[in-house]
Amino acid sequence: MAGASGSVPIVTIAGCVVVAIRDDLDDQDILTLQDELVEEVSRRSANGVVIDISSLEIVDTFAGRMLGAMAQMAGMMNARTIVVGMRPAVAMTLVDLGMTLEGVETALNADRAIEAIRAGQA
Amino acid sequence: MEDGRTAVTLASAQDVAYAREAAKRAMTEIGASTVRRTKFVTAVSEIARNAVIYGRGGRIVFEIREQGGVRSVVAECSDRGPGIADVAMALTDGYSTGKGLGRGLGGAKRLVDRFEIRSSETTGTVVILESRAR
Ligand SMILES: Nc1ncnc2c1ncn2[C@@H]1O[C@H](COP(=O)(O)OP(=O)(O)OP(=O)(O)O)[C@@H](O)[C@H]1O
Ligand SMILES: [Mg+2]
Repeated sequence: MAGASGSVPIVTIAGCVVVAIRDDLDDQDILTLQDELVEEVSRRSANGVVIDISSLEIVDTFAGRMLGAMAQMAGMMNARTIVVGMRPAVAMTLVDLGMTLEGVETALNADRAIEAIRAGQA
Repeated sequence: MEDGRTAVTLASAQDVAYAREAAKRAMTEIGASTVRRTKFVTAVSEIARNAVIYGRGGRIVFEIREQGGVRSVVAECSDRGPGIADVAMALTDGYSTGKGLGRGLGGAKRLVDRFEIRSSETTGTVVILESRAR
């Protein structure tokens, strides 16, 4: 079940790749995680990716760009990406940065996101 | 932060994470609101990353100040890089000479109470960020 993601566990549940991002990741860790997520989507033929950012104190331009890129790559592999648990202060900061996170869907929590992804399956 | 000052050397992506950590600690120490703390830490992350990527590294110093009963954190980030030829241009959203979105500098400016930038070919770039507790 678990991905080989070093210290960030990636699990696949019912066709959904689920990952909870840790707060202290640096840019290099984020790129590694992105690679591992894409690989897991492909290996599992997943139709969804759920990224839990509830422990992220901040999302800056780098992390924001990574979330957008992740959604794009998963989209090309026919998987839908949903980000859950964004803190209110993070949302306000992203607006100031002018980061709209285009193509990134959000949901309240992982359960809702998995439900949405499963409901969307043909 | 007993003497109210902390310095972080900036040479790698990991150091940018340390700078964020130091910024968070300082804002927590002055009792800043969550939103103010989040905005300041994000601004620090952008400026510190720029120093590493474009400025050949440098350092960032955090200092706690008090004025009129309101405390604030001042971050001064200096690098040894080539400087920014056109600062006004660099502050424009969408302008990037790298792989970025070009939102770091302009975004950082909007996230803090005070933003100053000095840059030259000989001295590198110095960015000052300040946010009050409230
Ligand atoms: N410390 C610096 N030294 C030299 N040039 C810099 C420095 N900081 C920024 N710049 C220049 O200003 C441009 C704009 O910076 P800004 O942070 O806004 O965008 P970016 O870093 O390119 O992308 P983003 O921050 O959105 O990922 C950079 O592309 C770079 O050319
Ligand atoms: Mg930048």
